[in-house]
Amino acid sequence: MAKGAIVIDIERCKGCGVCIPACPNKVIALAKKVNKKGYNYLEVQNDNCIGCANCAIVCPDGVITVYRAK
Amino acid sequence: MNREDIIKPENLVYRRTPVLTENIMHYCPGCGHGTAHRLVAEVIEEMGIQEKTIGIAPVGCSVLAYNYFEVDMQEAAHGRAPALATAVKRLKPDFFVFSYQGDGDLAAIGTGETIHACNRGENITMIFINNGIYGMTGGQMAPTTLEDMKTSTSPYGREVQSMGNPLKITELLAQLPGTCYVTRQAVYTPALVRKCKRAIRQAFENQKENKGVSFVEIVSNCNSGWKMTPTASNQWLEDNMLPFYPLGDIKVSK
Ligand SMILES: Cc1ncc(C[n+]2csc(CCOP(=O)(O)OP(=O)(O)O)c2C)c(N)n1
Ligand code: SF4
Ligand code: SF4
Ligand code: SF4
Repeated sequence: MAKGAIVIDIERCKGCGVCIPACPNKVIALAKKVNKKGYNYLEVQNDNCIGCANCAIVCPDGVITVYRAK
Repeated sequence: MNREDIIKPENLVYRRTPVLTENIMHYCPGCGHGTAHRLVAEVIEEMGIQEKTIGIAPVGCSVLAYNYFEVDMQEAAHGRAPALATAVKRLKPDFFVFSYQGDGDLAAIGTGETIHACNRGENITMIFINNGIYGMTGGQMAPTTLEDMKTSTSPYGREVQSMGNPLKITELLAQLPGTCYVTRQAVYTPALVRKCKRAIRQAFENQKENKGVSFVEIVSNCNSGWKMTPTASNQWLEDNMLPFYPLGDIKVSK
């Protein structure tokens, strides 16, 4: 069961993908759609987030906010 | 548990630090400059020194760093950040002063300022982004460019005989009596990011004790200059940069 959740600031995302290999649970992927700047932004693809914040701390653009239930 | 029950203020574990401005950084997608900025800002937030910190911006891709840090910043002429940091720190010894520079700035045009600030032992924190190339101006060869590495001015690769050896400026600075803490870090995996942040924290804490220069090199990618995708550039960094620029502390004075 999911204990973590992330919120993605879509317009800030540059679709670089460096956060994707940092996720232990393959939670995140680039969307087929693009944001206003034309980048394929990051999206959540399943409920397996554990709130470890790995994705957020390697993101150069501070796109991701992380929550974890106690 | 569903998403709505998890996303509550009391469950927050990570958010973008308010010591960065809201501006979207101009760096290329996946560039390590952004991560390096964030770690410096997080350390300033955690130490509670936002009102007492002054940063010096370089010339290079991070020339606009002052648009991103929510602290007082001063722009330096190309390579002169350590000289300006010296002046600021001497005028305001109670402030935390950091310089932020690329390898062309710190290890080419500014070599003199770098070496003498480190030799004098100014009580400052120097952040050094080594991506082995001049990013801003179109990927020219830098002193730090690896042997055989292709750049726009070494299109067949850096040939040491005619173009000289890559410069390990960080090891050189560790030899100088004025440096108290010299370390090499990277920011492309979560574990390395955590380690790098601890190093930056140490480099700022040292200013409280008037110990001299604390120098943090961050081996970083320049995916545009290297002409790779961001994830491929991080792999290239690991396979090619790190064998020549090994990570870890080089000098830690008591
Ligand atoms: C006096 C002077 N000489 C040359 C330049 C051109 N110039 C601008 S940035 C730069 C090098 C930047 O490389 P680096 O410090 O490695 O930073 P990066 O862009 O890779 O982050 C050069 C040569 C300049 N702006 N001023
Ligand atoms: S917080 Fe951890 S588990 Fe959740 S998406 Fe990010 S890296 Fe994956
Ligand atoms: S969230 Fe950050 S690291 Fe991930 S793709 Fe977007 S900009 Fe890149
Ligand atoms: S040119 Fe290189 S160093 Fe400059 S922002 Fe782009 S990736 Fe980063």
